This record gives sequence, structure tokens and C-alpha cells, in this order.
Amino acid sequence: MSDWVAIFIAALMVVSAIFAVEWRDLLAAVVGMTAVSLFASIAFFFLQAPDVAMVEAAIGAALSAAVFIFAINRTERYESEEEGTGWWVKW
Amino acid sequence: MVKRIFAIVFILIIGFWMAKALDQVPFGQDRMLVGKYYLEHVKEETGAVNAVTAVVVNYRGFDTLGEVTVLFIASTGVAALLWRKKRKRTAKTEGSVVLTTGARLLLPFIMLFGVYIFIHGHLTPGGGFPGGATIATAFLFLYLAFTVYEVDHKIFEPLEGLAGVGYVTVGLIGLAIGGYFLFDWIWQTWGIGKENIGRLLSAGFIPIIYTLIGIKVGTELTGIVDNMIKEPEEGGQ
Repeated sequence: MSDWVAIFIAALMVVSAIFAVEWRDLLAAVVGMTAVSLFASIAFFFLQAPDVAMVEAAIGAALSAAVFIFAINRTERYESEEEGTGWWVKW
Repeated sequence: MVKRIFAIVFILIIGFWMAKALDQVPFGQDRMLVGKYYLEHVKEETGAVNAVTAVVVNYRGFDTLGEVTVLFIASTGVAALLWRKKRKRTAKTEGSVVLTTGARLLLPFIMLFGVYIFIHGHLTPGGGFPGGATIATAFLFLYLAFTVYEVDHKIFEPLEGLAGVGYVTVGLIGLAIGGYFLFDWIWQTWGIGKENIGRLLSAGFIPIIYTLIGIKVGTELTGIVDNMIKEPEEGGQ
């Protein structure tokens, strides 16, 4: 795996993770979390761990996202506005 | 405020000492004696070509039994938390044409791929956990595509239990024959498949245990999905 591909995938993971935390629409946040898993799966594959990549793709990207979406389906879709900015800004 | 600063200083101290300790370990170099032993002896001791599954099922089989137990407890916990007497599926909109057609066309292949992964665990990358998870995604696909679909609980729950009991039974037979729990009796005592290493019928009990783990993981994850997607009927507890 060339270094640039590794850095690119890691950067995509970080960006997706920030989106997953920041988005107020929880359904979109689940998609962001799924993207983290998907890029992690690609990274595992390039790092010559195809078995881990398969588990990550099946559980991280498909099943956990489904469980989160079922939970959102029963509760609320949007995060409340009262919380304001993230905890790392607040203090 | 003071608490947070205290926490950050504490974390920095711990991180410093962790970095200091790990600094001495030569990563990427050939220092792991246990790993070297596994790689050199894996073929004649277990018969598996894939060293990872040999470590997971054969050398560290008891840990894997613990993992399966953790998954079983998680699945049982979800079922216990969401338990109601009468529950059914309440999805209102049918799946779109793309989803239903895709489900009909792709399902056999996803199932086949999952079964392939766990049966060939000792030859190719993968094993019981990836295979079971793949089968569970196939059932998730069915749940998403068809609004009235539900797995057959009369088959699924006994299958899950039988797979778990089968794992322990294989281990206990090993205890009876070889003297310790999860002794590889098929490979070391009977010597079945000694001449065809690298083919399907080799590697002792690894394919058997991985088939059981695959069935167990698949049914358990499907059970979690089933429990999450169904809702109690109106008014009834």
C-alpha cells in the first residue's frame, strides 16, 4: 500500500468521523459513522488483513448502522438544539 | 475546570509512561517467539494453511468459546430488554423495486458467500465470525426488502442453541480423548486428512468448529436484528 493511499483513506476516516459527530440529523450521522467503518475496512484490506476487513464491512458498515437506524426510528431523528456546541469548545 | 485540568495532566502522565514503555519494543522486527513458533509448526500441529484461524480455533480455542459466549449474552440481553408478549412488524411502506429485485437476485449469492467463508476458514481468509456476519446481513436485507418477512423462530432458536452445545461437546470429546479441553482429537488422534493439507477435508476440527460458530453468529445477529425491528402491538404489553 503506497503511503499516499494510506494517508488519503485515513484522512477520509477522520473527516467522516467529524461529520458523524457534528451533524444534527442523526440519520446522516449514522451514515457518517458507517463511512468510517467502510474506509476502515478498505484500509484493513490494503494492510493485508482481509478477514478483519470482511468483519468490519459486515458488522461495522451494515449491521451496526441498521441497529442505529432502528433505534432512531423509535426515538427522534433530530438532535435537540439546546446542547449548543461540542464539549471541546464549551470549556 | 480544575477537574478537567487535573484529568488532562493525569492523561498526559499516563501517555508519557506508555510511550516510554512502548519505545523499547522493536515494532516490525522478528522478536515474537510465540508468533514464530506458530508460523513454523502450524502445518504439522493443526493442518491448517491459514495460520490465523489455526491460532483462533486451535491454539486459542478457549478464548474463542469466551467470545461466542459474550455474543450470546449480548443477544440474550437485547431479547430480554425488548421482550413483549406479542410483537409484530409494523413497517408501512413496501420496499422499492430496486430493493426487492436486488434482494431476490443477490440473496442466494450472499448466503453462499457467507457459508463459503466459514467452511473454508482453514484455507482462505475469514472464518466463523465473518461468515456468520455475512449471513446475518443477508437476513437484514430480507427484513428491509419485505414488510411481512420474519425468520422462522422454531428453526432459528434451536439451531443457535445446538451450535453452542456442539462447540462445547467437541471440546469435551477432546477432554475425554486427549486430556485437555478442546484437544484437536480429529487431527492428532485420528489423523484424518494428514495427506491432503490445503484441501477442504483437513485441519482436524477447525472446519467443524467454524461451521458451528458461523451458524451461531449468524443466527444470533439475525436475532438481534429481528428483536430491534419488531414492535409491540398497539395497547398490548
